[in-house]
Amino acid sequence: MTEPETTIPENIQDMSDHAAQTDPLEALKATSTGVENKKMAMWAFLASDCMFFGTLISTHLIYRKIYPGVEDPQDLFSIELTGFSSFILLMSSFLMALTVSAAHKRNIPGMRAFLMGTILFGMIFLGGQVYEFAHFVHDKGLTLSSSVFGSTFYVLTGTHGVHVALGVFWLLMWFLASLPARLGDFRGERSLLLQLGIFWVSPVLVLVSLYFVKHHEIAYLLAGIGWGILFPLILLASGSLRGRYKRENALDVEVAGLYWHFVDVVWIIIFTAVYLVEYL
Amino acid sequence: MSTAASHEQIADIDAGADSHGIWTRPLRKTGIVGFLTTVDHKKIGIAYAVGALFFLLVGGVEALIIRLQLMTPENDLIDARTYNQLFTMHGTTMVFLAVMPLSAAFFNYIMPLQIGARDVAFPRLNALGLWTFILGGIVINLSWFFQGGAPAIGWFGYAPLTSRQFSPDLGTDFWIIGLQILGIASLVGSFNFITTIVNMRAPGMSMMRLPLFTWMTLITSFLIILAFPAITIALVELMFDRHFGTHFFEVSGGGKPILWQHLFWIFGHPEVYILILPAMGIISEVLPVFSRKPLFGYPLVVFSGAVIGFLGFAVWSHHMFTTGLGIVATSAFAFLTMLISIPTGVKIFNWIGTIWGGRIRFTTPMLFALGFIWMFMMGGFTGIMHSSPPVDAQQQDSYFVIAHFHYVLIGGSIFALICGIYYWFPKVTGRMMNDFFGKILFYTIFIGFNLAFFPMHILGMSGMPRRTHTYKAEMGWSEANLWSTIGALILGFGIATFVIQLIYSCFRGEKTSSDPWDARTLEWETASPPKEYNFAYNPVIHARDQSWENKYGKTGKRMEKIAPGEHGIHMPDQSWWPLVVSIGLFIAGMGVVFHGQPLEALVPFVTSEIDVSLLHLTVPGLVLTFYAIFKWALEGPGGYHLHPSPEELKGTREAQPHEQQGH
Repeated sequence: MTEPETTIPENIQDMSDHAAQTDPLEALKATSTGVENKKMAMWAFLASDCMFFGTLISTHLIYRKIYPGVEDPQDLFSIELTGFSSFILLMSSFLMALTVSAAHKRNIPGMRAFLMGTILFGMIFLGGQVYEFAHFVHDKGLTLSSSVFGSTFYVLTGTHGVHVALGVFWLLMWFLASLPARLGDFRGERSLLLQLGIFWVSPVLVLVSLYFVKHHEIAYLLAGIGWGILFPLILLASGSLRGRYKRENALDVEVAGLYWHFVDVVWIIIFTAVYLVEYL
Repeated sequence: MSTAASHEQIADIDAGADSHGIWTRPLRKTGIVGFLTTVDHKKIGIAYAVGALFFLLVGGVEALIIRLQLMTPENDLIDARTYNQLFTMHGTTMVFLAVMPLSAAFFNYIMPLQIGARDVAFPRLNALGLWTFILGGIVINLSWFFQGGAPAIGWFGYAPLTSRQFSPDLGTDFWIIGLQILGIASLVGSFNFITTIVNMRAPGMSMMRLPLFTWMTLITSFLIILAFPAITIALVELMFDRHFGTHFFEVSGGGKPILWQHLFWIFGHPEVYILILPAMGIISEVLPVFSRKPLFGYPLVVFSGAVIGFLGFAVWSHHMFTTGLGIVATSAFAFLTMLISIPTGVKIFNWIGTIWGGRIRFTTPMLFALGFIWMFMMGGFTGIMHSSPPVDAQQQDSYFVIAHFHYVLIGGSIFALICGIYYWFPKVTGRMMNDFFGKILFYTIFIGFNLAFFPMHILGMSGMPRRTHTYKAEMGWSEANLWSTIGALILGFGIATFVIQLIYSCFRGEKTSSDPWDARTLEWETASPPKEYNFAYNPVIHARDQSWENKYGKTGKRMEKIAPGEHGIHMPDQSWWPLVVSIGLFIAGMGVVFHGQPLEALVPFVTSEIDVSLLHLTVPGLVLTFYAIFKWALEGPGGYHLHPSPEELKGTREAQPHEQQGH
């Protein structure tokens, strides 16, 4: 796993090191606490985000108590599905931790592999949520305006879903940035093409098999075809991003990781306060 | 004065971005491009102040129209609906567009100078805060020009008045979206200030050596990041109620309007301290300087500020005593509210201790600071009265409450902010504001303010309800209302003249040295106005009142100056993207305001059958926002190096090896 950092072109690495080490003022800019500015700002943001989710979760719990609105939430929820996607999200946190560790060890291929896993797991979670929302709206008749329960449920879990989606997008940017700058260099790296193949094919396979399992629901097929077409296009269009990952960007990946872990922790609370509490 | 600039590329990563972008990186420092793309905390601070003073005048005119309407009984200067719109916009403008941004102007300009930093931690994020503030203010005030006019819901917008059923017009939607955008401004600003204060202090500037204003900036920023989410979510819920049929506050669908009150005041009470703590910070800077004594009980003043901030989150329900919370909740919130008078009292005693036995100079800032202590105490005393639920039940929604919070917000916040402007004006412009005129203006404002608001105590006690558009002559309120209006006109004249003096002094004020007040804190060590890079050297701090110690202290407590290395001083590049992100948010917000309305509401004189949907403006606006954030990230902070002139580097020494250890 521990491939040395020779994957970065030698000259770029030297230049960035040069800028960081020979400028004494840059050196004096070491922060007062020793925690980097970006990380400090992310912690402040997460503190604030706690209050965002805190307000939404309180709204849901208050209304659940005084005005149940839905006769039998146990009938509404499918705890097996939500439990599965919660497990997937937790495992994505585990992969994120491995990503950050690999980034700090300057093991770029390893980082890329774990990052890909994190993104795929995040996408599975999002897929689960899309399925759940569609199922609730079409089969169970729960909408934003059908009851207060619908209002609080969709706004709370929807806000969390938007957080996950932004996180997936953010991590995808770093995945693309860690690819070689020139498409010709792709073959030079061991297992890179295999990784990209998995990234490309596995969502398609899952979606197509869902199409057959779930009574030929056309949306699965379309989503599968969509990803099959979209992914190569993203790779081609990412020219300005590819090759931008330098080893000092490990900090940025770590900051993205902080965000990702936070979003997962919040999901544990939502899963408890919205789903599990109905089975007590 | 020969400052050599060199546009070396700091890192190769940034060089790459320029060639790919639609816009190359803006380099001009002057003119309109320099203004729109600036990342300099000093320019941003000045822009905040200009915007805030403009909105202060707008809110002041709204207040004067209200007072003119109430001058005589059964007056019909304006109708009831316009009156409702005016007090809604007056409150919203003063809280969110005048006092908060004026505080933010000081945070921006003064705080980095006080801690010896070159800029804030994220200069481009700072610019984003400025542009979202300005565009958010524009969104709220645009409501006057569209169907239905401004919102008429009160500045705290209680449900269910804000529902589509009772407020069908667009004013409420403008209010919701404007406050959301302003929330972004406050939040990104606060993340930035927290990081800056915690992380970018000069060597030797420990937390307990921070100037008091910087401490209060830190505490205020924490209050903002923890309090604003509550109102943001409440506004999101209200927006969903109005546009997408949810039932958060809709009684017919099972919602509870009281939830709005809780969410609003969980934000609203910390907001009170967001407005007053910066003011207390300014006062704690000014009193020691003009008493020629150190601040009395520095750790206690810091600690009581933190306690005020902490307790501020535990007292919100005292705004809701009359809603019937139950005995236990009411007693608990009454007790916690009374508790807040302790740290506040500690601060006041410390300020008195500071001037006690000092060699006081009665300059204009000192007069405003002393006026602050007295007037803020008046507001504080009536505040303690409100903390008792039975008393509060009598005073709820009466003019007594109006008197109370105008004493703490004008006699408190505005006095302190004007005090801060007189005090730091020489630092910002290198010129003085005339002290004689300043004193005349102080007495004008002081007399006008008391004449306007003291009679309101009596009016409230004799039963005049707030938010009443007129009253009968038999009620016996006529005389006090007449005096109050006369006072308001004097106050308005005073504030307007103050703004004129401010503008005049920018161009014609007497030139002055870098330290005209013989002051105590680090910002007075650098030139007035400060250079782009704030300090030509890196200061090493050895004392709390470092500037004072440099002048009068022992040799061991003097500041050390470390010269920049051969590369010079690293400055961040300017950027278009903060402005573009704000414009994207503005467009997206306008899309939500007009969501579901016929196209005519947005574009007059156009007749068509189309309703505005989210696809027309919101989605394109969000796409623009995300595109701009993406470009922002790709462009990187960039940078170039500046070399200070040799005379600026007099008395500096080279950095020691151990001081060079960095990342």
